[in-house]
Parts: sequence; C-alpha cells; structure tokens
Amino acid sequence: MTWTDRKRYLWLFGLVVPLFPFMGGALATATGWGIFWYLGPILILGLIPVLDLIAGLDRSNPPDDLIKTLEADKYYRWITYLFLPLQYAALIWAAWLWSGDSLSVFDKVGLALTVGTVAGISINTAHELGHKKEKVERWLAKIALAQSLYGHFYIEHNRGHHVRVATPEDPASSRVGETVYAFLPRTVVGSLKNAWRLEQPRFKRRDESHWSIRNDVLNAWLMSVVLWAALLVVFGIGILPYLLLQAAVGIVLLEIVNYLEHYGMLRQKEHTGRYERVRASHSWNSNNIATNVLLYHLQRHSDHHANPTRRYQALRDVDEAPVLPTGYAGMILLALFPPLWFKVMDPRVLDHFDGDITRANIQPSRREHVLAKYPSSASA
Amino acid sequence: MARFRCDSCDYVYDENAGDPREGFPPGTPWSEVPDDWACPDCGVREKIDFVES
Repeated sequence: MTWTDRKRYLWLFGLVVPLFPFMGGALATATGWGIFWYLGPILILGLIPVLDLIAGLDRSNPPDDLIKTLEADKYYRWITYLFLPLQYAALIWAAWLWSGDSLSVFDKVGLALTVGTVAGISINTAHELGHKKEKVERWLAKIALAQSLYGHFYIEHNRGHHVRVATPEDPASSRVGETVYAFLPRTVVGSLKNAWRLEQPRFKRRDESHWSIRNDVLNAWLMSVVLWAALLVVFGIGILPYLLLQAAVGIVLLEIVNYLEHYGMLRQKEHTGRYERVRASHSWNSNNIATNVLLYHLQRHSDHHANPTRRYQALRDVDEAPVLPTGYAGMILLALFPPLWFKVMDPRVLDHFDGDITRANIQPSRREHVLAKYPSSASA
Repeated sequence: MARFRCDSCDYVYDENAGDPREGFPPGTPWSEVPDDWACPDCGVREKIDFVES
C-alpha cells in the first residue's frame, strides 16, 4: 500500500497568513468597520485557538522509508518560497496606506498590528528556510527576517539555540517560574549578544576582521537597513512609528512562541561535564492540526530539535516528547497570564520529570519558591 | 586525508576541502578543529560526535 500525505494541500494555508492585511482591508472596506484592520491579532488570539480545539489532533507520521522521498519533493519548499513575495507585497501595501490619509490612526495601528502578526510568522518561515543546507534557502531566510530587524536570528537560532537548547545557558529556553514578561527581555538581549559573539570565531581562525560583509549578522542587518531606508524614502518618515510597531509585534510574537517551546526542559549533565545529547524529550510538542498547518509543523518541535535539517513535511510526532495541552495559538494566550500559565504548565513539567522538579530548568530567582511548591523525594 | 561525518545530518568535513566558511582553509587537519566546534549544518553534534567515513 502506498502512503499519501493527507496534509499535502493543507500546507497551502500557510500562504494565507501573509494575506491577512489584504483580507482585513477588504473586510474593513466592505463593512465600514475599522476593527477589521486588526484582523491579524483577532485571528491569532481569537479564531485560531478555537479552531485548534475544534479541528483537534493529527498524529499521522510518514513512514520512515518515505521520509527522504517526501523531503525531496520540491512542491513543499515552493510553498515556503512563495510566502516571501506575499509578505513583502503586504508590507509595501501597508506602507502606502500608512503614508496616505485614507485611514484613521486607529485603522493604521490595527494594520501595523496585523502586519506585525505576518512579520512574526515570517520569522517562522525564515526558521524553516534557515535550517536547510541549500544556499538559496539560507538567503531567503535572511530576506524574510529583514522586515522585523531580526536578521541575527538566523545565526543565533541555528548556531546558538540549537546547540544549547534546554540548558540554563540558552537565552531562548524558558525556565520554570519565569514569566513570559521576564523571558522576553532576557531572550531578546541574550540572543542579540550571542549572535554577535557566535560569528566571531570563524573570522578569528582565519585572522580576519569580523567587521565584514561576510559576517552573517552584519549582512542580514544590512538587508534591513536597505529595506527600511527604501520604504522611508519612498513613503516618508511618517511611516516610521508603524514600521517600528510591526517589527516589535513580530519579534514579541516569535519570542512568546520560543517561551512555549522548551519551558522548564533541562538536559542533564553527563559525567564528562557535557550536556546529554538533544533528544525529543527536551521540547514541547503539539499535534493540533490548525496551528501546525499554519506554522509548517513548527509544533512538532521535538523531532525538529532532534533532526534540525529535516524539512517540515517530514517532521514526526514522537512518543517520548512532552505534549502541550493545546496548540501554540492558545498557549500564547495562556502565557500572557502567568498565574494561569504556571497552574497549567508547572504540573506538566513536574510530571515529565517523574515528580522531581530539581531535574527541571528553574528560574534562579524563583528556585526556592518552586522547590517549596513541588517538594520531591530527591530534594527532601 | 580523511573525512568525518556528522551522524545527525550527514554534513561531511573533508580535510582536503576544509571548510573555508568556518575558518578552516583546505588542508586543515581534523586535529586542528577545536573540540567544541559544533556541526555547522545542524548544530546538535560536536566534533567528538563525528564519525570517520
């Protein structure tokens, strides 16, 4: 019997995301209701969490012997490539609207939030592309990041986060007792510093200066400079607040997702002092199909970290992975309310570590509090 | 000249070719690659995880 990919055509839904601004605009024009310019946040925080609950789970995996064939099918990668022209069409259209007077400030802010939603999800597209070995895909990843001024993500994520994931040293792995509001500045600043530091050794080895166009942090930022300068020259300095707002929304959205992905997970140290190898059990998974289809299986995060270069269509659900109670969209909402987040997630972390919270990655400033709350036989 | 393969993603370090992007010119022996150097493609394996191929 041959296996068919039931999600093959569902992946096209990913291309609806960069159309959010156009859809919002069309709805606002048709109804006269300015609130539709806020379509991005409405969908991400309102509709998609509900869709995740209704559409339910998809645990289907491709058979092992078909993974290579599935990865080689170029149809799947073209879907990710096509995201970029749509993403930039939306940004340019928005810049044009921000510069004109057909919209009120309320509408323009809504449009910036919606464009920011696209920017955040475009970091996910860049994530998929940036992990690949093909040069063209790595370049496309940096282009996708230019809109949100987050070009250094390409380096920090692949060379930093993946190496140190689920350790206290990783700024992008959240800890038990750490609120999303404490995590955001730590990950944004830490990732920036890391990216800059990570690019230096390869230049040092060749006795060259890292102040070079070949420095992937610098050339990625240069793309942002060129893009932003072009937009400001064409549409005027007046669009700057909206441009900054959309970039901030994109970055915050991406980093909240980072917060969900490894909360509390900790790789144990081996006797050599090295951390144990990254396994599927070090990342939270979710099989909620609605968010998975929109985010190119990002929620099959466990297999992604175990096999980072594997293409999205071939990522598998893995039994040993801890499972989030719902999809990312709903979990983002939950993360915004830390007491609720801790109530839902901390017992799951405890469960994952068989009742021994000392095996979790704990926020140092909250350590005593967390240990007191979850006394275990090991710490007693 | 030997070749060393990442057992996670099949990246190959070939001593003949080196990896100039990583700062290892052609001909750089494996012994000169630092121990904490992580696979440039997947990032989840370090030098000591590589297997000679």
